[in-house]
Amino acid sequence: AKTQAGLVGRIDSLLSGRARVDDDLLEELEEVLITADLGMQTTRQLVDAVEERLGRSEAADPQLVRQVLKQEMISRLAAVDSPLDLEQARPMVIMVVGVNGVGKTTTIGKLARLWTSRGKKVVLGAGDTFRAAAAEQLAIWGERAGVDVIRHAEGADPGAVAFDAARAAVARKADILLLDTAGRLHTKANLMEELKKIRRILEREIPGAPHETLLVLDATTGQNALIQARLFKEAVEVNGLVLTKLDGTARGGIIVAIANDLGLPVRFVGIGEGADDLRPFDPEMFVRALFE
Amino acid sequence: MFDNLTEKFDTVFKKLRGRGRLSEENIKDALREVRLVLLEADVNFRVVKDFIAAVRDRALGQDVLKSLTPAQQVIKIVREELARLMGEGEANALDLAARPPVPVMLCGLQGAGKTTTCGKLALSLRRQKRNPLLVPADIYRPAAIEQLKTVGRQINVEVFDSQPGQDPVKICEAARAYAELNGFDTLILDTAGRLHIDSELMQELVRIRDSLEPREILFVADAMTGQDAVNVAESFNQVLDISGVILTKLDGDARGGAALSIRAVTGKPIKLVGMGEKLDALEVFHPDRMAQRILGMGDVLSLIEKA
Ligand SMILES: Nc1nc2c(ncn2[C@@H]2O[C@H](COP(=O)(O)OP(=O)(O)OP(=O)(O)O)[C@@H](O)[C@H]2O)c(=O)[nH]1
Ligand SMILES: Nc1nc2c(ncn2[C@@H]2O[C@H](COP(=O)(O)OP(=O)(O)OP(=O)(O)O)[C@@H](O)[C@H]2O)c(=O)[nH]1
Ligand SMILES: [Mg+2]
Ligand SMILES: [Mg+2]
Repeated sequence: AKTQAGLVGRIDSLLSGRARVDDDLLEELEEVLITADLGMQTTRQLVDAVEERLGRSEAADPQLVRQVLKQEMISRLAAVDSPLDLEQARPMVIMVVGVNGVGKTTTIGKLARLWTSRGKKVVLGAGDTFRAAAAEQLAIWGERAGVDVIRHAEGADPGAVAFDAARAAVARKADILLLDTAGRLHTKANLMEELKKIRRILEREIPGAPHETLLVLDATTGQNALIQARLFKEAVEVNGLVLTKLDGTARGGIIVAIANDLGLPVRFVGIGEGADDLRPFDPEMFVRALFE
Repeated sequence: MFDNLTEKFDTVFKKLRGRGRLSEENIKDALREVRLVLLEADVNFRVVKDFIAAVRDRALGQDVLKSLTPAQQVIKIVREELARLMGEGEANALDLAARPPVPVMLCGLQGAGKTTTCGKLALSLRRQKRNPLLVPADIYRPAAIEQLKTVGRQINVEVFDSQPGQDPVKICEAARAYAELNGFDTLILDTAGRLHIDSELMQELVRIRDSLEPREILFVADAMTGQDAVNVAESFNQVLDISGVILTKLDGDARGGAALSIRAVTGKPIKLVGMGEKLDALEVFHPDRMAQRILGMGDVLSLIEKA
């Protein structure tokens, strides 16, 4: 929230000393939203909505602008908001995907910790067999949470890891299986095919699996996050998002566009590198943090 | 996405075709489109504002070329100005001309690609007949040291033996002593990812810098970064006085407006770009190509080139 002060400050200075909502105000408002990475299209929609609701050259109160904007953003996020239902299957299989370095492995570590602390039995699958020491990294997180990690040697077939992890989750009567995958750019067709194959293997082993495919997005990412979400959703039926690195100064506004265009809910947000730095997503809090 | 932007510029062309000279009026639409394109490419809005003003100034003072429509001419100026801002014509090679072992420090946000880039750099230096030593100074991220060791094994470059729990400054100092004794001529320091607002960890980098006096301090940035790139780059530069930038993950489809933002706020050259996860995927930076990429309009530009 420290950094969101910048945005608030600017909105406040926009609003002070103005008697009505004019072109200048709307234009500056546009810039403020763009700076939060909302993107042109969503920004336009929001500015239009403000204009529509407040009237243009009427004597509308500019102080209302903030309130209307907030409402518009919250309603877009709330429309798709839904918590993750862990009871829908047992083992509940969750596959974690995303581009390189966004925080997949760390998020899995945090989730393992969260859910074991609530009495769930969690198993981790080290499906990233490509990146140097990816399995070691996950193993350390597994240790921290006190859960089993199914891993193969570096360079092994990730499909084989998925297979073993699914078998182990069933055999060990786990409540939840979290499968890590290697970071990959959404533009690499062969790597996206590999993900589809992993999905099919999980499905074959456990009916309905993966029950949840979480796409991890880095709040620092700009407009490309929307394309990431679109292509990962197309390829592997993503049904939820995790927004990481919100402890920095980036605001992650692109998720408003993603909610709008793709209807994907944010399940969790990452706010640090520690095991407990994970929070459920709350649209009101997220938007309030942008404005207060 | 590229198509969509090219289309947009086509529309501008059509709108403005056939008008005789560059005036405030007829460049307005073109500049508005340029602004949109830059913002969609994630160029920071402050940077965009300054840029548009500079282009406007230059365009208004210019004679009209016979072969171009006003819109084409504006876009030509945009492209030239962008390439210039990106460092066209300036030297951007690594400077390792110092008494060996020459320290090179990589720094940046979490997950930007530092460790991978250290490996790429080591490989590239080895191919230039240098003898680098990789130094793992990230004691925080789980398995960070193991990651660099694995990378070192893959390219057959020695990795200094450090342990989590050691002070990163001490690790770097010990590595320098080791390099001196064992004939390594370059030290590549892999530091932990950190937030620019984490003053404690930023001070750790200052301590490493003050002790090792790296010849190059390279800020590693993810090409997908959005509007926040200016804040991050500005902070790292203020605290460390970086010597250059490495832009990673350019093998994707991000337009990479962060490159312009970073360059504009730091004034430091972008020296290298990461083009993939493999350790040979490191390339020199081409300002003009980056300009085209940000504008997302390769086709249109080649048309102008022929004009
Ligand atoms: N500040 C901050 N850092 C984070 C957060 N989540 C992850 N990180 C850091 O981001 C870096 C990358 O995290 P990883 O979990 O390795 O990311 P990944 O997506 O698994 O990366 P690849 O497997 O290489 O694609 C690490 O340094 C993490 O500590 C967060 O919420 N805040
Ligand atoms: N596609 C692509 N991936 C890259 C590139 N450079 C690095 N990566 C990937 O990005 C992810 C993060 O890379 P790291 O080298 O671990 O990043 P880091 O900055 O050292 O991360 P921390 O130490 O956690 O801060 C890994 O999955 C790398 O393989 C690149 O140029 N292109
Ligand atoms: Mg990972
Ligand atoms: Mg690293």
